[in-house]
Amino acid sequence: MLAMNYRGPFRVRIDEKPYPEILHPEDAIIRVTRSCICGSDLHLYHGLVPDTRVGSTFGHEFIGIVEEVGPEVTEIQVGDQVLVPFNIACGKCAFCKQELYGNCHESNPEATAVGGIFGYSHTAGGFDGGQAEYVRVPYANVGPTRIPPEMDPDDAVLLADVVPTAYQAAEMGGIKKGDTVVIFGAGPIGIMAAKCAWLFGAGRVIVIDHLEYRLEFVKSYAQCEAYNFRSMEDPVLFIKKTTDWFGADVCIDAVGGDAAGNALQTITGRKTLLQAGSATALHWAINAVKKGGIVSIVGVYGPTDNLVPIGNVVNKGITIRANQASVKRVLPKLIDHVLAGRLDPKGIITHRLPLEEISDAYRMFSAKLDDCIKTVLIPPKATM
Amino acid sequence: MEETKDYSHIKGWGIDIDPENEPTYPIKKYTGDDHAQSRWERPSLQPIDVEVLHSNERPNVSAVFGNTLPPKGLSGAIRRFAFRYSENRYRHWLPLILADRIDMVEGLIEDLRRGHVPNILAEKGYKAEWKYNQRGVIKKAVAAAAVAAYLVLLLKRGRK
Repeated sequence: MLAMNYRGPFRVRIDEKPYPEILHPEDAIIRVTRSCICGSDLHLYHGLVPDTRVGSTFGHEFIGIVEEVGPEVTEIQVGDQVLVPFNIACGKCAFCKQELYGNCHESNPEATAVGGIFGYSHTAGGFDGGQAEYVRVPYANVGPTRIPPEMDPDDAVLLADVVPTAYQAAEMGGIKKGDTVVIFGAGPIGIMAAKCAWLFGAGRVIVIDHLEYRLEFVKSYAQCEAYNFRSMEDPVLFIKKTTDWFGADVCIDAVGGDAAGNALQTITGRKTLLQAGSATALHWAINAVKKGGIVSIVGVYGPTDNLVPIGNVVNKGITIRANQASVKRVLPKLIDHVLAGRLDPKGIITHRLPLEEISDAYRMFSAKLDDCIKTVLIPPKATM
Repeated sequence: MEETKDYSHIKGWGIDIDPENEPTYPIKKYTGDDHAQSRWERPSLQPIDVEVLHSNERPNVSAVFGNTLPPKGLSGAIRRFAFRYSENRYRHWLPLILADRIDMVEGLIEDLRRGHVPNILAEKGYKAEWKYNQRGVIKKAVAAAAVAAYLVLLLKRGRK
């Protein structure tokens, strides 16, 4: 079968790989019909995540058709069209029982700090991902969810990660009616988080980025304010001034370790890997939130350390909330929002490319070519 | 288990317990019995038929795991060394980053050994870069040529 093949930082190609096998009684094999490149795939592509082995297949946002199931799979059947949450969760451990499906303790031997994730390095369990024609899906009774027949597959594929992560970012912000919410990053997650912030009753939603085309997009897609930090001397001062000098009620870091905007952070975080990525957005979020405010982090960082003003967290009495999205927990509500037209995930898709053009797809997304926001990959055997 | 412990010797123990004060809501379904949940019936165990490195912060391999790309070669030896240390240590993460870079070279050698000469420009997506950012590609090419010419000059001077 065809599958993406990571060859080292900034190098990926399409290759023939063996068809996946059922290795556990609760496994399923899914024929992929859509997969996406996620902003967090870029952290892998840029070589920022330790234990990303050459030969890996990335891809944790995918949907498909059930091709084969193991003997203990009862919740889905061959032929079902399913969307697959990016977290691999057993449903039985203490963390899954508490609906912390992103923190499963039975899906990742290599690290205890994160549960298993499809196609996200051996630090996240060493599973192959969905940027392929077929993929092995463990714990198929827990994760895969049948796609409602009336749902557009392009909406469904964005429910595997983008929408749940953005929704949980807003949810963790504890947004109260009328709150000012500042979102750092106008990538797919930041754009969707802006949209979700309104669902929680935000009074004002502000997005900060440096790419004009994305700012223009989010302004219209999420009906929010959008500002370019390159056009201001200091984004934190700008936010203070525009919030009566107090700061935002809630700040969301929707960027993670690939942030631009601060030379020291860029050199130590992205160029020399002395930090676990550049923490510019988080730094700004901590300094731009008001005293007693909430900082919600969904941007992805590596497992080592980052330079952030932790003293200000203490002195301002900030609450920091963060986690990998618990996709299964929020999925029923989000399916409802999409079917009711309150959320329009497919509206952020800008590019649809054949899986065979994976090298170009990564380059376009990484280098922000052709006003790229979200890329969907279509395998040759996709029928839906 | 928590409920078998006796704290009566600690004056005031538990006097301010407030089950409503649960800051992890809504991301965690808090049931009040966290400590009772620390043992669970494990799922069936995936047979371990490849070398799986597991964090020394857990006693065993998780019930399922990715069986892809077991450690091999020099990069594999470095990864085995890294997994002797906990996720809390730089000795764990920095060797893994080093192993990743060595793995890249090993991958290149493996490609050549199998008679496959990788098209690195294609793998880096330069077709798309050329299509959408010709000026950028030309700038990079000119800069690279200038650096190469400078290095050649330096070498020539060194020989004299």
